[in-house]
Amino acid sequence: MCPTRTPTRQETHGRQGRSITDHDANEINRVEELSYDLKIQEVMTVKLQTVSPEMPLSKVLEILRIHRISGVPVIEDGQLIGILSLEDIVRAMEKDELSATVSQYMTQKLITVSSHDSIVRAIQTFTESRLGRLPVIDENNKLVGMITKGDITRGILTALQKDYKEEEVRKYRASHLFEDIISDRTTLVLRYNIKAHDFTRGGNASSHIKRALLRLGADPQIARRCGIAVYEAEMNLIIHTTNGGILKLEVESHRITMSTTDDGPGIADIAQVLQPGYSTATEQVREMGFGAGMGLVNIKRCVDKMEIESTVGKGTKLVMRIHIPTENFNGRKDG
Amino acid sequence: MNLQEIINRLNLTVLTDPRDFTSIQPDGGYTSDLLSCVMAGAKNNYLWITLQAHLNIVAVAALLDVAAIIITENAQPDSATISKANEQGIVLLSTPKPTYEIDGKLWEMGIHIQK
Repeated sequence: MCPTRTPTRQETHGRQGRSITDHDANEINRVEELSYDLKIQEVMTVKLQTVSPEMPLSKVLEILRIHRISGVPVIEDGQLIGILSLEDIVRAMEKDELSATVSQYMTQKLITVSSHDSIVRAIQTFTESRLGRLPVIDENNKLVGMITKGDITRGILTALQKDYKEEEVRKYRASHLFEDIISDRTTLVLRYNIKAHDFTRGGNASSHIKRALLRLGADPQIARRCGIAVYEAEMNLIIHTTNGGILKLEVESHRITMSTTDDGPGIADIAQVLQPGYSTATEQVREMGFGAGMGLVNIKRCVDKMEIESTVGKGTKLVMRIHIPTENFNGRKDG
Repeated sequence: MNLQEIINRLNLTVLTDPRDFTSIQPDGGYTSDLLSCVMAGAKNNYLWITLQAHLNIVAVAALLDVAAIIITENAQPDSATISKANEQGIVLLSTPKPTYEIDGKLWEMGIHIQK
């Protein structure tokens, strides 16, 4: 993040064309962030081909061809005095003057960037100048490299790939939790506070739980079963409780325990709520597609064990367990 | 049949970010507006056809890993729902046609259900 930077055109004037989503915003932010984080010296080309002002253009053409580049800096007594590009050579060819020297055709009006600047500075300079390559100078005005748009793209892609690798490493580390931490019984506990009637965040905790399980290396089928069970339990807290409740996930190498606790209103007849299709949901909630009376039925179907305890006026506790077959969570066998 | 062909043949509007729909091959479909029934009946990589368009359909779809949600009769999800779908990688498609017609056409096109 770069808190002091000046806003981009996009930020000032908005995005042209289609509307921007949060997902876009994330993607753009990371690339944008990188264009401020990455310094020109990190992406520029440092192994430079240079030419002298006396060199004939035919020889420069040879250098460009061999090294597959489209322009070179011109150096005299260690100082950068110009740039010669393929376009300059084309101009000379049109006049059949390939025997002319570099000094006759080079561009002397130099636009340079500093090696310590962020690559966003180079991007701006490319846009303003319409040039294809820029010489990079250090604090003593000495030429230290060249930068092209290709260098910037490559630099950003490399950095993004590093991000990706870091996510992989994170996943790898999480998946080894149960192997790396030795105890007689290792349990990972995740707690989520669920607010009553907060439909806009309905399902968030379940999504986080499913992702956490996948990161821990759980089988996708088990992660999905947990996701479904915990979603129904989460929605029950949102739809039916007086003050919301707590959703808890306990992961051990051999089983996953999910539970919800709330402080009311409590269930009078548990056998009744376990009947498929029985629901006490309001008409308003039913219009949203909830209140099918299938929540607990679904939970029962997805988990290996479900227990429900409730006292009217006090609250309800729901416990759901899924046993993990061995060879899950990376093959750790446990009893 | 891939999702791109389904989008073309049913003339569906893509509400979420464009992506390579040819790589998505739905295994079947499930129709209901009751979320718990969907939780029970829709399978991984199914199409879900519904009239519901509110935020909570995204969580259901994400938990089930459905191939796409087809929202019928021009029910319009709000921008929060669309951006959440993008965030979670859920494809939202829309059609003015009623659910019955979409179901019938999908079946005719060979999108049946897993036995």
